[in-house]
Amino acid sequence: MPMQKICRLVEAKQLNADTYSFLLDAGELGQACKAGQFVNVSCGEGFLLRRPISVCDAEGERLRIVFQVRGEGTAWLSKQTVGAELDVLGPLGHGYDYPETGKVLVVGGGIGVPPMLKAAKAAPNGAVAAVGFRNAAAAILLDDFSAANIPVKVASDDGSMGYHGFVDQLVRDYLEEDQDISAVFSCGPKPMLKNVYAAARAYGVPCFVSMEERMGCGIGACLVCACSVGGHNKHVCKDGPVFNAEEVDW
Amino acid sequence: MSKVDMSVNLAGMVMKNPVVVASGTYGFGREFNELYDISGIGGICCKGLTLYPREGNPAPRIAETPSGILNSVGLQNPGVDGFIAHELPWLRERDIKVIANISGNTPEEYGIMCAKLADAGVDMIEVNVSCPNVKAGGLQYGTVPSMTAEVAQCAKKNAGNVPVMIKLSPNVTDITAIARAVEDAGADAVSLINTIRGMRIDVRTHRPILHMNTGGLSGPAVLPVAVRMVWEVSNAVKIPVLGMGGIAKADDAAQMMLAGATAVAVGTACFADPFAPIKVAEGLEKIAAAQGLEKVSQFTGAVKPW
Repeated sequence: MPMQKICRLVEAKQLNADTYSFLLDAGELGQACKAGQFVNVSCGEGFLLRRPISVCDAEGERLRIVFQVRGEGTAWLSKQTVGAELDVLGPLGHGYDYPETGKVLVVGGGIGVPPMLKAAKAAPNGAVAAVGFRNAAAAILLDDFSAANIPVKVASDDGSMGYHGFVDQLVRDYLEEDQDISAVFSCGPKPMLKNVYAAARAYGVPCFVSMEERMGCGIGACLVCACSVGGHNKHVCKDGPVFNAEEVDW
Repeated sequence: MSKVDMSVNLAGMVMKNPVVVASGTYGFGREFNELYDISGIGGICCKGLTLYPREGNPAPRIAETPSGILNSVGLQNPGVDGFIAHELPWLRERDIKVIANISGNTPEEYGIMCAKLADAGVDMIEVNVSCPNVKAGGLQYGTVPSMTAEVAQCAKKNAGNVPVMIKLSPNVTDITAIARAVEDAGADAVSLINTIRGMRIDVRTHRPILHMNTGGLSGPAVLPVAVRMVWEVSNAVKIPVLGMGGIAKADDAAQMMLAGATAVAVGTACFADPFAPIKVAEGLEKIAAAQGLEKVSQFTGAVKPW
């Protein structure tokens, strides 16, 4: 059940040139957040629409969100400092459902990496991670995966960190060497998700992807965030954001 | 403060307070009812229905603009039969007036939908005339008085005892001419304004943000236009007006009523704050009490023009 809460910002960190990490005192909203879900954050007086931001981590009443400055709303958000009170609506959407047995491989690209941290930490039978960035300077959250004892392989588009290329190759490497992976969870740009799905399918492993679309209400009423799934317009905010990759009309 | 009578009578439909939610911004109420009991609202203008289910337009369907949004959802809906089977029974269990909103391709389609809805039992039918008339080369019904009147007549003929309210488009030269035409055609009420057509372009890609290129503007940006049009229309016709367009606060709702609206609708504000309709209703009562009114309906048309 979603709820609206005024959440106090307890820790703010800048992770790279345009990406910020906020730790919020979110009370029962924090306790209710599951991997793959998101929250809708009010970004100041001048903006009508809330900004949907994925759950990066949630432990007890502490909710962590990591966001990239994309426009004026997120720019406003990035300027908030410890002690600020944020109007948060959540948890929203349908998150990841874990397989009964086997590990999950979480695959994130760029600002799609944050939700993969919670997805990996919440995996009941363990997880491994593959993450991709434009370059070394854009890399985020690698220490957090390590701190949670989640093995992580890194790729960069320009070769400045880890494997020189895209994450779908890392997906193939993992699936080749580890027979115990029973699902792939992924979040990132749509072309990346499509390639990750192709790699998972080649190994016969189910793949679930987190889709993105411009949103209005965030709770499933206004129907603006349409995404074609199984030949019908589903809505990212309520039916998703996590969809079975097999059903998405790529 | 003395207790204010918040009830209003909109074309025979009595609501506990004058605040309804605008079509397309609130679905059929289920999602908001998870956040709070929606029976605190006077009525719900349901998501727009068509005779058959529709998938709507490709995304992006929304773009934010200064103090507003543009949308081009394209009437995605489960169809009138789907609404009657799956949404109406749930709504009927709640203490809230149910206003079905319909769009048709032909006047006959409007009539068929009205008959089905009247039979199923709704409190009011709101007729969206901002749809293209295929026979008239795609011209919107709501932009030509005679065409709007024809739709109103078809709706009235088939709606039985259910009041019919025509939702007027602001994208016309003289909205009062349309309002008079639908009043003459027998409409019980009018609601206004629908969205104002607009466009936003991404300067980086040279592409419009909306996949349909243009869309309907709503939100606080349109409030003064809506107040002006409600004032003009309420002076031009005797049938009651449901005022909407950019209402986000109680003060906005009071302005709309002073301009002549019997009741008001909150729409886009629900995206910024899902509790907005409840807050508007509560705030309106406070303003009425502070001004010593016995009834909130005393606001209606009480503007004192210079």
